[in-house]
Amino acid sequence: MRYNVLAMDDNFTLYKTMLVIRRFEERLLSEFSTGKIVGTTHAYIGQEADAAGIFSVVDTEDVVFSNHRCHGHFLAYGGEAYQLAAELMGKASGLVGGRGGSQHIHWRNFYSNGIQGGIVPIAAGMALAEKERNTGKIVLVFIGDGTLGEGSLYESMNIAALWKLPILFVLEDNHYAQTTPVEKAVAGSMSARFTAFGIPVWERETSDVLEVRSLAMEAAASARSGTGPACLILHTHRFSAHSKGDDPRSPEELARIHKIDPLTIHGLRLATEEFPRAASEVAEIVNNAFDRASLDPFPELCSEY
Amino acid sequence: MTTVLDRLNFALHRSMESDERVYVLGEDILDPYGGAFKVTRGLSTKFPTRVLTTPISEAAIVGMASGMALRGLIPVAEIMFGDFVTLVADQLVNHASKFRWIYNNLVRVPLVVRTPMGGRRGYGPTHSQSLEKMFLGVPGLKVIAPNTLGDPADLLAAAISDEDPVLFIEHKLLYTRQLLEAGKADLRDYQVDQTFGDYPTFTMRPTKPAHLTLACYGYNFELARLAALDLIMEHEIFSEIILFSQLSPFNLDPLFQSLERTGKLVTVEEGTISLGWGAELAARSVEKMRGLMVRRVAALDLPVANAKSLEDKILPSVQDIVNAGLYIVE
Repeated sequence: MRYNVLAMDDNFTLYKTMLVIRRFEERLLSEFSTGKIVGTTHAYIGQEADAAGIFSVVDTEDVVFSNHRCHGHFLAYGGEAYQLAAELMGKASGLVGGRGGSQHIHWRNFYSNGIQGGIVPIAAGMALAEKERNTGKIVLVFIGDGTLGEGSLYESMNIAALWKLPILFVLEDNHYAQTTPVEKAVAGSMSARFTAFGIPVWERETSDVLEVRSLAMEAAASARSGTGPACLILHTHRFSAHSKGDDPRSPEELARIHKIDPLTIHGLRLATEEFPRAASEVAEIVNNAFDRASLDPFPELCSEY
Repeated sequence: MTTVLDRLNFALHRSMESDERVYVLGEDILDPYGGAFKVTRGLSTKFPTRVLTTPISEAAIVGMASGMALRGLIPVAEIMFGDFVTLVADQLVNHASKFRWIYNNLVRVPLVVRTPMGGRRGYGPTHSQSLEKMFLGVPGLKVIAPNTLGDPADLLAAAISDEDPVLFIEHKLLYTRQLLEAGKADLRDYQVDQTFGDYPTFTMRPTKPAHLTLACYGYNFELARLAALDLIMEHEIFSEIILFSQLSPFNLDPLFQSLERTGKLVTVEEGTISLGWGAELAARSVEKMRGLMVRRVAALDLPVANAKSLEDKILPSVQDIVNAGLYIVE
């Protein structure tokens, strides 16, 4: 089994990864009120266990195609907070020079795009390329409960299974597609969608990073084994609105899901003195990222494509 | 004699031979069938592992090709009928064409999507359209169309070598057409020049000063030549023909140079007339030249009917081009 070069196989590192995502997204949301960031964003707060657990077992040489809610995936993948912050501020020093912003980033083997469903056949094509080139890499594609409404997902599942492609579908079900509850959008079973194509599924309702990690280890190993695609379904909760102001959930519901906090759950495994250490290390990463990025220049426009 | 189909097929064979990163994928492309229009004939026999027949999943075909291109392969996707490009619009517009730019030039997407367009074969409203106009002006996407004057093999080979996505439009009636030979038959009384580069624009100038300029691409070059001949024989009106291989983005310099000489433009296309290719050429030309006269020839704003009698009335004819020439000159 290959591990991430970040060696996220100890409890402190896993906690710290989740805390980086949490504090990064909190700072990001606060920067909208300062006017340093405009447009929109989709915070990963509440779902941190998914990214931290998955990227603690996935090789950093593997290929990732993420979606509109990509910051947590990127940071757990090993991406630099400063470059992401600069991208979100539209700075020339950003990951893609300010052209892509929150939803459209690329770094090493990490890609994201903001179109639901459309990224899935692309990820399948990438998996075909890795297979044909015998690189041993797998491709992870991140989808959500909302993506289950998109037709190109099923086209891709079918072909990926037919051609035994090394792809891991990661379905993060956070129970809402923007404002639409899953009960109004998804008929039948999520997992049966995949098993109908012969794709094995690892599924859990959990916000425990160690549980995610162990499931991801098995699912990724399956995708890497040459037998074809695998699927990891994680039922989770996002604490924030879909983007900024679009949250129809009741205070009671929000209070209930805030009790299922991956930081609290995994925090039980840390020693008391590790909390201030994590807090200060993370504060330095996040503050440095945003403070440094805010000083950077904006990009020039080149009118040629 | 060699046909457009022969040359396209040859280009695919040659590209797959010379570069093992080239993959061909699409529906019903395996031998012995070899594709609905036989452009992929023989490929699966010669390169069985790199020719991939797919389910009927156009969005996935182009999406996968896009992913293959991002990760080191050179895919050529076939969409069986051009009418089905609506199913791949998201992949071309929101993915393939955008990646290079939104990722700040960190990636390339060397992808070709080939598809047959056009009517006149009685296939009816959903298998006869010329929908390329929907993809003109999409930043990051080249739209290319072969013809009988340039070598379609060179054009397709250039598209396969291109590091950016290309939508390659093949008019169905071109497949069986013979390539023209310089100085012979239709070309005997013309001087032919072409721009440099992979996707040349051709300028055909008659031996006498021309009265008007005919702009066209693809199969409609066949109609434009017949119309030009009729205008000479019946009316002693001479036409220059500007033949585009690259529809989008475009280089209009050869067109403008011709219009400096003639001052009159007739555009010819098979897509519907409103808001189309000819409209854009006309707009650019009148922005450039005061007092220019323009006439467009294109399909009526109707679906392409199944009945041949109706289809003939809906799609542009040689006589429509002649009439446009007469109107604009007289």
